[in-house]
Amino acid sequence: MSEGIGASVKRKEDKRFITGKGKYTDDIRMENQAYAAFVRSSHAHAEIQGIDASAAEGMSGVIAVLTGAQLTGDGIGNLICGWAISSKDGSPMNMGAWSALATEKVRYVGDAVAVVIAESKDEAQAAAEAVDVSYSELPVAASIVAALADGAPDIHENAPGNVIYDWELGDGDATEAALASAAHVTEMDITNNRLAPNAMEPRSAVATYDDAEDHYTLYSTSQNPHVARLVLSAFYQVAPEHKLRVIAPDVGGGFGSKIYIYPEEIVCLWASMKTRRSVKWTAERTESFLTDAHGRDHVTEARMGFDADGRIVGFKVSTKANFGAYMSLFSSAVPTYLYATLLSGTYDIPAIHCEVLACYTNTVPVDAYRGAGRPEASFVVERLMETAAREMGKDPAELRRVNFVKEFPYQTQVIMNYDSGDFEGNMNQAMEAADWAGFAARKAEAANRGRLRGIGMACYIEACGIAPSAAVGSLGAGVGLWESAEVRVNPVGTIEVLTGSHSHGQGHETTFAQVVAERFGVPLDSIQIVHGDTDKVQFGMGTYGSRSGPVGISAIVKACDKVEVKVRKIAAHLLECNPDELVLEDSQVKVPGTNKALGWHEVGLAAYTAHNLPADMEPGLKEGAFYDPENFTFPMGCFIAEVEIDPGTGKTDVVKFVASDDFGVIINPMIVEGQVHGGIAQGVGQALLEEMVYDESGQPVSGSYMDYTMPRAEDVPSFVVEHHNTRCATNPLGIKGCGEAGAIGSPPAVINAISDAIGNNDISMPATSAKVWAAIQASGTGMAAE
Amino acid sequence: MHSLNYHKASNASEAARLLSGTEDGKFLAGGQTLIPAMKTRLAAPSDLVDVSGAAELRGINVSGREVTIGAATTHAEVAANGELRNVCPSICDMAANIGDPAVRHRGTIGGSIANNDPAADYPAAMLALGATIKTVSREIAADDFFVGLFETALYDDELITSIGFTAPAAGAYAKFPNPASRYAMCGVFVAKGDGGVRVGVTGAGADGAFRAGDFEAALDGEFSAEALDGLSVRAEEMLSDIHGDGVYRANLVSVMARRAVAAAN
Amino acid sequence: MSTVSMTVNGKAVSADVEDRTLLVDYIREHLRLTGTHVGCDTSQCGTCVVHVDGKAVKSCTMLAAAAEGAEVTTIEGVANGDLHPMQRAFNDNHGLQCGFCTPGMIMSGIDMVNRYKAEGRELDETAIRHELEGNICRCTGYHNIVKSIAQAASEM
Repeated sequence: MSEGIGASVKRKEDKRFITGKGKYTDDIRMENQAYAAFVRSSHAHAEIQGIDASAAEGMSGVIAVLTGAQLTGDGIGNLICGWAISSKDGSPMNMGAWSALATEKVRYVGDAVAVVIAESKDEAQAAAEAVDVSYSELPVAASIVAALADGAPDIHENAPGNVIYDWELGDGDATEAALASAAHVTEMDITNNRLAPNAMEPRSAVATYDDAEDHYTLYSTSQNPHVARLVLSAFYQVAPEHKLRVIAPDVGGGFGSKIYIYPEEIVCLWASMKTRRSVKWTAERTESFLTDAHGRDHVTEARMGFDADGRIVGFKVSTKANFGAYMSLFSSAVPTYLYATLLSGTYDIPAIHCEVLACYTNTVPVDAYRGAGRPEASFVVERLMETAAREMGKDPAELRRVNFVKEFPYQTQVIMNYDSGDFEGNMNQAMEAADWAGFAARKAEAANRGRLRGIGMACYIEACGIAPSAAVGSLGAGVGLWESAEVRVNPVGTIEVLTGSHSHGQGHETTFAQVVAERFGVPLDSIQIVHGDTDKVQFGMGTYGSRSGPVGISAIVKACDKVEVKVRKIAAHLLECNPDELVLEDSQVKVPGTNKALGWHEVGLAAYTAHNLPADMEPGLKEGAFYDPENFTFPMGCFIAEVEIDPGTGKTDVVKFVASDDFGVIINPMIVEGQVHGGIAQGVGQALLEEMVYDESGQPVSGSYMDYTMPRAEDVPSFVVEHHNTRCATNPLGIKGCGEAGAIGSPPAVINAISDAIGNNDISMPATSAKVWAAIQASGTGMAAE
Repeated sequence: MHSLNYHKASNASEAARLLSGTEDGKFLAGGQTLIPAMKTRLAAPSDLVDVSGAAELRGINVSGREVTIGAATTHAEVAANGELRNVCPSICDMAANIGDPAVRHRGTIGGSIANNDPAADYPAAMLALGATIKTVSREIAADDFFVGLFETALYDDELITSIGFTAPAAGAYAKFPNPASRYAMCGVFVAKGDGGVRVGVTGAGADGAFRAGDFEAALDGEFSAEALDGLSVRAEEMLSDIHGDGVYRANLVSVMARRAVAAAN
Repeated sequence: MSTVSMTVNGKAVSADVEDRTLLVDYIREHLRLTGTHVGCDTSQCGTCVVHVDGKAVKSCTMLAAAAEGAEVTTIEGVANGDLHPMQRAFNDNHGLQCGFCTPGMIMSGIDMVNRYKAEGRELDETAIRHELEGNICRCTGYHNIVKSIAQAASEM
């Protein structure tokens, strides 16, 4: 079927975007709209001694200047982290208080202290500059090392030594014993660089309070409007859920950064009630760097032991994770259950132990960013495998081959149970597509041109489709991670699918419709996907963790199951046949080989006229479903990067990049490949270009596009994306998820290629030109200067 | 952005008159550096006097090897000018790689020079070409013009009207862009003119654009990349930031200089 | 305040605006043409690209007053009837995901194709990638944007 599962259907949603008719939050203008500008701390750590708003209050256009004291006075609650992690000793994590507007202390540059509401954006900003906040500066700890040093300032009173938790997973004794008996142990210190997510649409909020109804409406750049409503209601006490509507209209990219409920949304809602005006706020890019949750920021010591045949016998990982100044919504889960649980990689490892120390620093909060824990795990595992192969004089592909998990299901030593895969098949496919065998000739040819050429591989695995609710609940999650859907067949046969997943670039309006079109045998154009509005969709957990395919679509399939049962009953009743005889195709419900057939629309009409339905059947044709996954899904793949380095400048060009992924069943290959492309570019960005840098005083150094290097078109090649898929065994369509894979597998592939090219393994991310040049000087492998 | 008054000047003298009546006014040409600075509230002029529409400030005149470029001429116009390319392709190539296409459609040579951003491309070209910067009131040699970071010999209200230089017999610009901003992290303009070889360096120096005297002397002896072997600028006089330290930038100056010479030959 | 008049998408428009008003704000807030976006404050992302007198410019880095009398084209005005070949190429090649950078990409794409055609130069993959220096996309990895522009270049 040309429009169904497996077809590269062009996207239904494109037309509004290519004609400039997309409707993003900042495009919305309410009647009676005012603008918010935040007064932000320019200090990384300081006590607030006083706030003098008198000058600002008298300025042109100013409606109100509001502070944290008023906010807490009105009963607005603190921001929370929704996943409880306990330390090794059983003690709960040390979560410090986070008020949407700081009251006593500021803890990072950008921490909001007050807000100005004014008639125009310019007036709001001018008045915000005029709010006089007096600070008493405190010592700053802006890095993991500084925060954990003796005598470091305590950023939160209830987190002595800035430790949030000291957690572990796996069997420490077994792992140490295995390492002690290993024939070879590879040890590495690995840093995973801090990134700023940089969705191209800056965050924005438009809040309106209707005092006649005592009801709030929030337009928000959210990946999960229902979660936003739940958290705003249950924890921040802005309004009860039935008095709060959250709408996430077109959203310009998220990558995790738009999962969280930030202070700005809370403040805009509250300020709209205080001022009886619609309140709009849109971040400037500088503000995005200052306030969007950052990603990664780990330092790790790892040891991997091998027997004489090159089989891994044990793996020990100790990681310190920077959480920034406050615990963001999902922060605690990222370096634990989204990281340590993936440390078995694609390999059969009999003993694994991981310790994670999470700490506060005077930097913006850190939370999930595309991949969230899994890129960090993949980087540790695949850097160690590559390094171990070189140390032991083994071919890196062969070392991986020897250690691959080959039988499924496979229970790792770190919770996860892999359901399916053919890891060797993906590696073979990637090596063939990359012409691995021909690399030596290409390296020689590059050398003739004065260039250092290298090749690197990474075999990633990740966990998507989060997640079985009972399982994550037992691990500390504050919410269930199912998804919901509702399928409404109208009397004329057209279909609306309401989904709790949110599309902000993923193409759900097309792929979800493809699933339903194939299922019912109806045209794609007769199906509308509805999402992103808490008044329309009953509930949903949203889009992150590559879950919209495996979980969101599964919920739709489950709702379709129920609709189909009813369709068959109605048609069988009208056609006087057995429901099981019927097939749904070509917009008909029919008995094959007979002239017994009803148009799909006729069944819809029959359901709503209800003139002739089976006994005891309710009228209408609408079914809802909640799908709770039975397991994570495990996309995996093999990425191969080939780089050329200019020895004079150290500049690295990624000249070839091959991906072979196993995503299970693919609905729309064109869209899936697009997800891989984008993920790889972000991974190449992490490997070569991107780093959010703070100086010792906690001032952001790379807080704009003048210093934070976004990957541009010239920084990446065209990609070769292939698939070698095995069906996921644990959800109805066999989907594994594809949104994050590119960002998870690419950093180690690129760094492995660079170290291969320059003959120096001591290279950290981002491998900037300056760093690579210095590494070439240190290793003495540079070519003769030109 | 702070409030301001906008004025449009149709010629240089009107521009000067308009600016003289302002409290803290600035000339506006393409605005590709000034407007971003204003948006992030790093600059807050009371008035802007827009000279981009002044016809007498625009255009390129080539007479033999003598070149005059109006101050309000855009980078795109410099890049695309056939007459100029015939006598001095190096400056066209350089202009073709300033910023991005949209920036080149607005940004001007006069604005770039007047701003003297330490990472801008034009200052290196002006130094290497031995250009003369002409203002409403005087002519200033490039060697005297670039004083320091964002500092020039211009008076506060002095408007550049044009840039003049003699096209060199050979020349080229080699740039290593800052990966984030795409300004020059190091740009070296080498020009072999009647008076000898001049080497202008931008992006790398801690005090802004400079001439590499040792390089010039060596190249005067032999105009080849090999002539620069063993020569380098002092790392401690180079900029150092998250993109590269002084040692790295000093290396870039050597490498880019050799590449510029090779391209010029 | 000044009265600023120009032609936008073929229509004469005029409005009293503060002198500090940027062209992008004039387009978005006064004309309510919200297809032109703002994604940064340092003139790098290119989501705001429009054509002024036939040339791509960053409308976030130009005052509305400086466009007095100009012919301005925004994403809403590029199609003559159905879709512009560049718009269709982005749909054909999956050249967009979240859509936020897309209007700027399309405006820059049209501008580069026009320039290369006028100069008789070939717009190959390397050239397209170089010409996109002033447009940042976080979703697509540029792969399909490059394909889209290449397709449109062969059709325009």
